Amino acid sequence: MLKVIAKRFMGLVPVFFGITLISFFVIHLAPGKPTDIQTSLNPKVSYEARIRLEKLYGLDKPVYLQYADWLKRFVTFDFGRSYTDDRQVSEKIAERLPVTVLINALALILILGVGIPLGVISAVKRGSLWDRLTTIFVFIGFSTPEFWLALLLMSLFGINLGWLPISGIRSLDFEYFSITGKALDISRHLILPVFLSAFGSLAGISRYMRTSMIGVIGQDFIRTARAKGLDEYAVIYKHALKNAVLPVITLIGLSIPGLIGGSVIFESIFAIPGMGRLFYESVMARDYPVIMGVLSIGAVLTLLGNLLADIAYYYADPRINLASEKEL
Amino acid sequence: MISEFLRNKMAIAGLIFISAILLFALFAPVIAPYDPTHIDTKNILVSPSISHIFGTDTLGRDIFSRVVYGARISLSIGFIAVGIAVLIGVVFGSIAGYYGGRLDSIMMRFVDMMLCFPTLFLILAVIAILEPSIFNIMIVIGATGWMGVARLVRAEILSLKSRDYVTCARVMGGSDWWIITRHLIPNAIAPVMVSATLGIGGAILLESALSFLGIGVQPPTPSWGNILMDGKSTLGVAWWVTVFPGIFIMLTVLSYNLIGEALRDAMEPRL
Amino acid sequence: MSVSRIVKIPLISLAVFFLSLLFHDSSLADDQKFGDAIVISSIADARTLVPILASDASSSDICGMIFNALVKYDKDISIVGDLAESWEILDGGLVIVFHLKKNVLWHDGAPFTSKDVAFTYSKLMDPAVKTPYSGDFERILKLQTPDDYTVRVTYKEPFSPALSSWGMWIMPEHILKNEDLNKTGFSRHPVGTGPYKFKVWQTGQKIELVSNHEYFDGRPYIDRYIYRIIPDDATIFLELQTRGVDLSMLSPLQYARQTGNDFFKKSYQKFRYPSFGFTYMAYNLSDPKFRNVSVRRALNYAVNKKEIVDTIFFGLGRITTGPYMMDSWAYNKDVVSASYDPVKAKTLLADEGWRDIDSDGWLEKDGREFEFTLIVNQGNAERQRTAEMMQKYLKDIGVRMRIRVLEWNALINEFINKKKFDAVLMGWFLGRDPDNYDIWHSSKTREGEFNFIGYNNSEVDRLLEEGRRTFDRKKREIIYHRIHEILYAEQPYMFLYSGDMLPIISKRFHDIEVSPIGIGYNFIKWYVPKEDQRYK
Repeated sequence: MLKVIAKRFMGLVPVFFGITLISFFVIHLAPGKPTDIQTSLNPKVSYEARIRLEKLYGLDKPVYLQYADWLKRFVTFDFGRSYTDDRQVSEKIAERLPVTVLINALALILILGVGIPLGVISAVKRGSLWDRLTTIFVFIGFSTPEFWLALLLMSLFGINLGWLPISGIRSLDFEYFSITGKALDISRHLILPVFLSAFGSLAGISRYMRTSMIGVIGQDFIRTARAKGLDEYAVIYKHALKNAVLPVITLIGLSIPGLIGGSVIFESIFAIPGMGRLFYESVMARDYPVIMGVLSIGAVLTLLGNLLADIAYYYADPRINLASEKEL
Repeated sequence: MISEFLRNKMAIAGLIFISAILLFALFAPVIAPYDPTHIDTKNILVSPSISHIFGTDTLGRDIFSRVVYGARISLSIGFIAVGIAVLIGVVFGSIAGYYGGRLDSIMMRFVDMMLCFPTLFLILAVIAILEPSIFNIMIVIGATGWMGVARLVRAEILSLKSRDYVTCARVMGGSDWWIITRHLIPNAIAPVMVSATLGIGGAILLESALSFLGIGVQPPTPSWGNILMDGKSTLGVAWWVTVFPGIFIMLTVLSYNLIGEALRDAMEPRL
Repeated sequence: MSVSRIVKIPLISLAVFFLSLLFHDSSLADDQKFGDAIVISSIADARTLVPILASDASSSDICGMIFNALVKYDKDISIVGDLAESWEILDGGLVIVFHLKKNVLWHDGAPFTSKDVAFTYSKLMDPAVKTPYSGDFERILKLQTPDDYTVRVTYKEPFSPALSSWGMWIMPEHILKNEDLNKTGFSRHPVGTGPYKFKVWQTGQKIELVSNHEYFDGRPYIDRYIYRIIPDDATIFLELQTRGVDLSMLSPLQYARQTGNDFFKKSYQKFRYPSFGFTYMAYNLSDPKFRNVSVRRALNYAVNKKEIVDTIFFGLGRITTGPYMMDSWAYNKDVVSASYDPVKAKTLLADEGWRDIDSDGWLEKDGREFEFTLIVNQGNAERQRTAEMMQKYLKDIGVRMRIRVLEWNALINEFINKKKFDAVLMGWFLGRDPDNYDIWHSSKTREGEFNFIGYNNSEVDRLLEEGRRTFDRKKREIIYHRIHEILYAEQPYMFLYSGDMLPIISKRFHDIEVSPIGIGYNFIKWYVPKEDQRYK
């Protein structure tokens, strides 16, 4: 088994480099250069100054040479410096990552905590009013344009009711708060973003859970359990659930790369300094080092996440079959 | 299977709504009371009234007419983008699944690579290279969404290709092409249909996200996404500019999702 | 005790009491003024706080609070000394001698001297420094510092915008002399001479400054300056409604329609002053359709600019006819905008051979329809709406104009720099000095330069050259008025409008005055009375 994993892992390396190669060239295909932000149509900037700037950034070299430069630095874990402000790319990513991961992790907990039970109950009460209502509820979360709902809720909770702050992740006088005050302040700021983030993805987990549960409930071993006279509660929550949850766990593996991804729309509306905005702004500014940095990290996590999900599924599968014989 | 589907009341409701929207889109010139690009500077931001049932926007254009015409744009983006995604995905997945071996692993490796790119990045890059026109948006949404379909098709074909009727067909001298297109794909298509239905909803939402970033369908052509975006600057003074297109987007995507879910339910073999 | 004594004591104490009231009052007044914070919203974060590298609006805003330059602009747009006490222009403009103020300290306590000016100049000219501002300084032959408080700048030839170019912020030599400006940590921890000192920068969230008690022009009343980064304008507007933001720029729609209710009237004050920019449609002059000046004049008659200003800007702007700031001395008020006359437009076009022969609503000539594509940059709602209205006006006279929206980078590189466009809707944000040689001179047509339309008029060339060599303001006025006249007659641009700046500020701030240069010129004098202060 370990050999298989190792082999898979090795196979990922060329994929990873392929991704970086494609990314690099795609970015450079987009018209415009990073120096444009400073220089374009700015009457104070002369033609000579522009050319000079381009040279300084190494932008006058052919693309494949620029890629080679990047690769050389990358393998020594040097992500280079941003073109917009010359700070270390790793520093820029490191200051945005915590907030994004925090919000995504909290949202994931919420999604699992609410989505799984919803899915289970929907499966058990398949076809009932409850099932229909929850279906509509989760799908509304999935079907609504996120910024629309965000602005609506911000107005409601921030202005009409005045319960929550509108945007940002801390209050202006944050430094003067006590430890508990600080924790409370951040929590209040994160309620809406986490809730909205979770609401949009609830549909995925809960529907998957529902399908999986329905599938398991229909299986022979459940019928046997019922025939044996076990009470319904035990049947559902002990036997069926245990087996139905496993495939959902693989979904979690696939969500790992999503943890570092932020939605630029979300972060713009809530004024959250996260990865989504960093990435978007870098693309608009043609800040190649930052773009490559974010994409590389994302690629690594996606590939690893896929690998983990596959491993989990491999283990999950035989278990289901084994368990169905063993438990009874 | 169809009867199973029909038993799902929510899906029926969804179907009815979609049909209504489709009618709106098809008969837009008849249904819309005004030219959606007609600027009327004397009637800026008029609230819903008899002459303008959804009110007017910042240039005095009738919002109801714009929503009706916008249905055309948003729905066509949905259909065509998903069509492209399905086309690419089916071709890719069936070739990979049928031929297997080295070709399969290379192709699926490529799919893995594509999945590593955040959708937004690909779209941004492409739009920057081309420009935000309706056509390009359709292509780019389709070109970034085929991977899931490819995987589904490949999985189905992998399991189907060892079936008897396929072996028969081969023995009878059928060419690969014939086998793939006549036998395998039609049977593999079921999960793809579910994916496609859900995908249409996703494409509509993606269009409104692109409008938020300013790279969606460009005015004066109305799309639900850009009407919503235009309304964002009028929040607090003209709720009708955002609420109506928002509700339409939500209900349309919801309907597609309900239909897709019902299809999936109906195809679930009853154990 | 005698009676007189008994009377004297209360009299004296009364006198002392009244005297003390006099003195007590003025110090109390100031005492009551210091304090509070002002929260300003910004859509974008700053990039760098090294002043000569700061080219974006946010970085410039912050640098403006932390640093000073040799000169600055006063409320009536005249140049006054900032770090320079006075200056002399010698040798017909070849030499400028600045006499620096002697009581200025850097935020770390070190004294400001001419060494800092020389240092700043050397960095501006350093080819390894990524500054975009070297252009104006390349005209300097040499810069000398005969003593600690004198700077003598010699130019290669007389260059009147030179004085204005010394509005460039000065950097501290003693801190930066061994630093690589591109990579230095100074960009995140600046030290200047200005009214505010840097405190903290939380990336993507806020930049906070505190007042400089030793500022040479007097300690600012507002203690803290907080720059809040909120990327979405709808969110900013919501924050205004919960008083989370004290100062923000309103859109015309917000100014006219959304801020008139009781809440806003009670808590905020709105201001309005002309901006330093103008919007125009530029023609690609190598396009055969647009080569003809009559055609351009015809199109000018076809667009109802007043309606555009009234509809999109709710009247908060003015129609402009020339490339200068409308209230400056360079703007020629005698050049009046052509009236809106679609009939005349059609006649003029017909005279040039453009007629609707097949009655399909569009004009043709030699079998080809009059159609062109206007490119606009994405992200500016007012500009896009302007394009849509122009489309309507042109349709009314039979000209088919298509609108193509492009992402900014793509627009500049693919279309403007490579001159692959028909017409473009753009804006110029002008400097204070009216010299716009770079935009109109026929030599400035290389890729990336600003005369991207290919305008070539030898009289304008000559006037531009003269304008930047003359220091006499009256002479310059005549020159720029004449340029203005020519440009409007020739219509290389369709000059459209200049919108207003519309700041909204919390009512608790006093002493804000609107002037031609705006409202920020006396920022250090704004204050909040003690009882209204909101922040510690």
